[in-house]
Amino acid sequence: MVDLLAAKNIVKIFGTLRANDDVSLSVKQGEIHALLGENGAGKSTLVKMIYGALQPSSGHFEWLGKQIAIESPSAARALGVGMVFQHFSLFEALTAAENIALALPGKFDVNTLSERVRKLSADYGLPVDPAASIADLSVGQRQRVEIVRCLLQNPKLLILDEPTSVLTPQEADQLFITLRRLAAEGCAVLYISHRLEEVRQLCSAATVLRHGKVVAACDPRKETPASLARMMVGTDVEAVHATINHHLGPVRLALNALSTKADGFAVAMKNAMLEVRGGEVVAIAGVAGNGQSEFFDALSGETAANRADAVMMDGVPCGFENITRRRKRGAAFVPEERLGHAAVPAFALSNNTVLTRHAVDEGLAKRGVINLSMAMRIAGKVIAAYDVRKGKPDPEARSLSGGNLQKFTVGRELERRPGILVVNQPTWGVDAGAAATIRQALIDLARSGSAVVVISQDLDEIFEIADRIAVISRGQLSRAEPKNTWTLEKIGLAMAGAHEVAHAA
Amino acid sequence: MEQFYAIAITIVGASTPLLIAALGELVVERSGVLNLGVEGMMIIGAVTGFGAAYVTGNPYVGILAAIFGGMLMSLLFGFLTLTLLANQVATGLAITLLGIGLSALIGENLVGKQITRVPNFQGVDILIVFSFILVGLVSWFLFRTRYGLMVRAVGDNHSSAHAMGFSVIGLRYACVAFGGGCAGLAGGYLSLAQTPQWVENMTAGRGWIALALVVFATWLPQRLLFGAYLFGTISILAFTVQTFGWGIPSQLLSSTPYLVTVVALVLISRNKRLLTANTPACLGQAFVADR
Repeated sequence: MVDLLAAKNIVKIFGTLRANDDVSLSVKQGEIHALLGENGAGKSTLVKMIYGALQPSSGHFEWLGKQIAIESPSAARALGVGMVFQHFSLFEALTAAENIALALPGKFDVNTLSERVRKLSADYGLPVDPAASIADLSVGQRQRVEIVRCLLQNPKLLILDEPTSVLTPQEADQLFITLRRLAAEGCAVLYISHRLEEVRQLCSAATVLRHGKVVAACDPRKETPASLARMMVGTDVEAVHATINHHLGPVRLALNALSTKADGFAVAMKNAMLEVRGGEVVAIAGVAGNGQSEFFDALSGETAANRADAVMMDGVPCGFENITRRRKRGAAFVPEERLGHAAVPAFALSNNTVLTRHAVDEGLAKRGVINLSMAMRIAGKVIAAYDVRKGKPDPEARSLSGGNLQKFTVGRELERRPGILVVNQPTWGVDAGAAATIRQALIDLARSGSAVVVISQDLDEIFEIADRIAVISRGQLSRAEPKNTWTLEKIGLAMAGAHEVAHAA
Repeated sequence: MEQFYAIAITIVGASTPLLIAALGELVVERSGVLNLGVEGMMIIGAVTGFGAAYVTGNPYVGILAAIFGGMLMSLLFGFLTLTLLANQVATGLAITLLGIGLSALIGENLVGKQITRVPNFQGVDILIVFSFILVGLVSWFLFRTRYGLMVRAVGDNHSSAHAMGFSVIGLRYACVAFGGGCAGLAGGYLSLAQTPQWVENMTAGRGWIALALVVFATWLPQRLLFGAYLFGTISILAFTVQTFGWGIPSQLLSSTPYLVTVVALVLISRNKRLLTANTPACLGQAFVADR
């Protein structure tokens, strides 16, 4: 069969970094082709060039055997390339149909289009309500809007960037059915993912990138997840050791019917019950946008709880206390958004250390005056312990790569050895090696007697580190049950809301 | 009955310039640009309109000149903020100050001059009628046309809009120019139809009220109609009550419209959902295309 798209010796240079170094790959018609690699391996750069958003420094693309230049996203769309982004390119204030209408050339008629959207989306098993505002939709529903928008343009090549990271297992299965059907109809799919098991199920070819170079091209169906991981990372990834802890301490963090107010588009927490004992890791699973950040804010004190005793730390009611008071009780918090929430982008790491630790580290701030050398010392310890790679001794937070800043913001709290740790998405965007370090540190902290709550969307991570798992969906928290009582199917149903209590809206 | 009609028509007269200026600013803000220079553009419109009507003797030429004057000021704002990427808030304030000073200079010899006012029938003139049509037009444009959708998209997320191949800067220039034209027309209404004469600083803060009305209306044209008339009614009633001699201090009465504005804005901010749904997310942010 003819190659639909072929990349020939593509090189892309940013400054001194060779983000893509002599990359060649070919995608055939009707093929689901996986593009594998760690964060920073150059997958996104390559895909952006195929979509016309970036231009290669050297090398070229061929489409059906003919050399072409893809000058812009609209040129790519005209060619028949559709792309579903990891961070969606939808306009939140507009409805689904309006978003789709904006991308389509031709006569502007939202009503007729809504009908087409409804038909096509039902046809492919991806139901979309054309009149719904994007801001009201879950992340999974937004992804469907993006996919339907691509499908309406009759793509010959569909690119998906980590599509399942925002889906429940059941939603992912539905997506796979759609993708297989598209492939059977002759559409090629370029599928970026780091979930190796699903790549083995879905894809018939794979190209593996590492440090911008193609290191392997294989048939993933003939590989094991371990062999694929080795190709991606280059070495064996160290497994995380979590021994079962039979000696649990007292309850350190307890939630008694914690509720929060719905504000704007925020999800309200409804009657959350949870007890976390010293010595255990409790993971909160769930699809993004189901109240995880509101849950985190209520635990950290960024939003006040409904009652003082809704949040108990070491037996003390502190639902009305702010984050500094809670930190003084020995709690520590790592929010999801590392730039702008966990760290001030323009501040040096030492100053960022002061921001979360001024109240808890003796002598760090005396009568309001910062002891900068002490701040540097603490930052230095964190940097060394968690292998934060940086360009200069005390860099600004924004100059660090995402993964390295994540190591810093998690490490900054871990280094305190807090009695209670709440962390939202601890290893988001961190490479496999560093993720293993962070996960091991979380487990070690728990085993030393602390209560650890990990909010995560990564089920592999959850099963790796949790002792007990609770699921959050639409602001409702399920019971936290031991890991071995959960199956992937059960957790998927819970993520879709099986445990939710019916309530008057 | 006649007295009632007279009050009603003064209310309409007080509300119309607010409505026109605010409609223009609404479109500007929907595209993600915050132009605080409404007051300055209005006063320039008032003076250019009056001047043109005085020189030509034709009030309709005055109307066109008012629109043109406001537009010219807004294009200066657009050039500074969209092309040179100056801070929108500071530039808007500068445009207001510039407008007030410049209009005084241009209008030096126009003080006390007489012109033919814009003709009206029983107090209703063409601009009043036009202001109502404009509400419908803006609403239809923003919510029913492709370009309107593009304007809202640019205001909501300019990076995505750019990625989709829209001309963010081009659309914003068009919206800013429209807003300037509306502000100029609103100023022209004061000097050509309402009073009609040129007095220094005759807009007297109406531009700022128009700005507040846009937030009050949560960026929805129909609500703007309601807001402008609510404000117009209160300011006229406050004025009328003074003549009753109830012993309420006149300072308090004349400040009621502003107090009501503040109260209304506070109440609006309580409805977070309405605000998040309609506030242009990119409001006031400069756009630079990366690549």
